[in-house]
Amino acid sequence: MNVPVLEVKNLGIDFGGLTAVNKLNLEVYAHEIVGLIGPNGAGKTTVFNMLTRVYEQSRGTICLNGQDIGKMNTVEVNKAGIARTFQNIRLFGELSVMDNVKTGMNNRFEYSIFDTIFHTPKRKKCEEEIEKKAEELLKIFHLYDSKDIKASSLPYGAQRRLEIARALATDPKLLLLDEPAAGMNPQETEELMNTIRFIRDKFDIAILLIEHDMSLVMNICERIYVLNYGTLLAKGSPDEIRNDEKVIKAYLGD
Amino acid sequence: MKNFMELLFGKKNRSRTISFLMVIVAYVVIEALMHGIRMSRLFTSLLVPTCCYIILGLSLNLVVGFSGELSLGHAGFMAVGAFTAVVASGLLSSSISNAILRLIVAVLCGSIVSGLFGLVISVPVLKLSGDYLAIVTLAFGQIIKSLITNIYLGFDSNGMHFSFVNNNLSLNNGKMLLSGPMGATDTAKIANFTSGFVLILIALFIIYSLIDSKYGRAIMSARDNRIAAESIGVDISKTKTLAFVTSAILAGASGALYALNYSTLQPAKFDFNTSILVLVYVVFGGLGNINGTIVATTVLYVLPEMLRSLQDYRMLIYAIVLIVVMQLTNSAKLKQYVEKLSKKLFKKGVAE
Ligand SMILES: Nc1ncnc2c1ncn2[C@@H]1O[C@H](COP(=O)(O)OP(=O)(O)OP(=O)(O)O)[C@@H](O)[C@H]1O
Ligand SMILES: [Mg+2]
Repeated sequence: MNVPVLEVKNLGIDFGGLTAVNKLNLEVYAHEIVGLIGPNGAGKTTVFNMLTRVYEQSRGTICLNGQDIGKMNTVEVNKAGIARTFQNIRLFGELSVMDNVKTGMNNRFEYSIFDTIFHTPKRKKCEEEIEKKAEELLKIFHLYDSKDIKASSLPYGAQRRLEIARALATDPKLLLLDEPAAGMNPQETEELMNTIRFIRDKFDIAILLIEHDMSLVMNICERIYVLNYGTLLAKGSPDEIRNDEKVIKAYLGD
Repeated sequence: MKNFMELLFGKKNRSRTISFLMVIVAYVVIEALMHGIRMSRLFTSLLVPTCCYIILGLSLNLVVGFSGELSLGHAGFMAVGAFTAVVASGLLSSSISNAILRLIVAVLCGSIVSGLFGLVISVPVLKLSGDYLAIVTLAFGQIIKSLITNIYLGFDSNGMHFSFVNNNLSLNNGKMLLSGPMGATDTAKIANFTSGFVLILIALFIIYSLIDSKYGRAIMSARDNRIAAESIGVDISKTKTLAFVTSAILAGASGALYALNYSTLQPAKFDFNTSILVLVYVVFGGLGNINGTIVATTVLYVLPEMLRSLQDYRMLIYAIVLIVVMQLTNSAKLKQYVEKLSKKLFKKGVAE
């Protein structure tokens, strides 16, 4: 097979005496939707935090399209092509829905501080393009009608969708979704699944997602990794995972 | 030009239009009054300082309101701007005879030097996260004040003379520019109300241009959620530095204007109290609320001066005004009401 978009080898992190993640090997290939599941406290979010350099890993390497990103900082990793959402939603609460998405495009459209103060045509052109792209994203996530309200006054489900839209605005190669359906009702979840598939095709990105909603995971993920106590318990297709005895045991308890 | 008009009066931003209209109307009314009736000395003497404090308030709001950092030493930047402008204006008095041109050059010098100080302070501090900026600016304000209190600077036909120790510079038929604790003692008063008005418009223009741009969105995103901002590629320390330096430049301009409105000016004027006073204006006007800053600064600065004749009742009235202003600018319900009202007014205005 070709070079994976994301290739993680022997990844591990210790918090003091606690080993939260250990010896994790994981690949995500282009155009794939991959699930990362596991019981509470298994270390899933911690993996995301290492990938986006919120945490420094204690061991192991992380490669994006063959490029070592294991020593970059959060900003550089985003520029390299990883965008994410957060389990506990982190929006720019005081900014409008529209501006949340626009902020995601800051590194894609360059105009200088000189252009800013003197309102050059360059600024105008960039801002128009930013506006157009942001509108397009908002429409995909059914947020266009609330584009002018404060992000913090959106309902919960809409806030989750806005986070995805904002992440996509950075034009990533790999999108990390941390429990995107948490707090959504079944109908919203169903819609979200369609949207996730849609953006994968439209923007041709790879997606790695953490989710507790098993119907969602089994439905849209092409491959699944199962984490338990920070180590890999199993990996495979949804069918393989569904019938894996170790996984069933871990989820149901012994 | 079209861009400028759109920025000033575009449909999208009502609060922006209100800012400019408010300032322009106030200027026109005051100018008309001054031509019509004789205003009291007290009133006219307050005009330029009020403009200066409005600019300082706007500048501080950029840091505290929009960038979410605390500065406890903005009077320090005002001082840098002030005394730089005094020196520049003094040195240029013979080479640039046109007062307006000299005022512009002096204000530019004050802003630039103040901006440089802002850069030197903020670059190392804003690399760290936490409230270090508050501590460092607090120290900066004190240090700058002490520094200027100890500078003796004069010039004569032989050039500039400078000392940290005493005022005996043995000038040869020259002129003292800074005399230690006495500060500037013989400055040409070249600032006036109109220049203050223009400078407010420029400050508003710069601030609105900034906050409506990608840089402004970056600044506010870093304030609202640092980790999320980084996750979408916003360089936190760069954006915060940008906000802080812009703020220092504006504070320097306000100081320059202030200094050139008085023939004498002591460095002690720019002490911790001044920094806190302006912080109070900004907080009462509402963080990130530009119109609030303008109104609160005007009311809270002018009122105590106007009320001097009322003696004992002064502080009582002042306290009541503080509460009312805070309610007006920070309560969501009242804000909604004011917004509705302004919408109605605006619709009428358009229809007519
Ligand atoms: N900054 C930290 N310091 C110390 N321990 C941490 C830190 N972050 C995470 N941990 C620990 O690492 C372990 C894994 O946490 P993590 O949040 O990754 O779990 P998770 O799989 O995302 O769980 P959930 O499904 O509840 O979100 C937990 O035991 C947690 O307490
Ligand atoms: Mg988690």
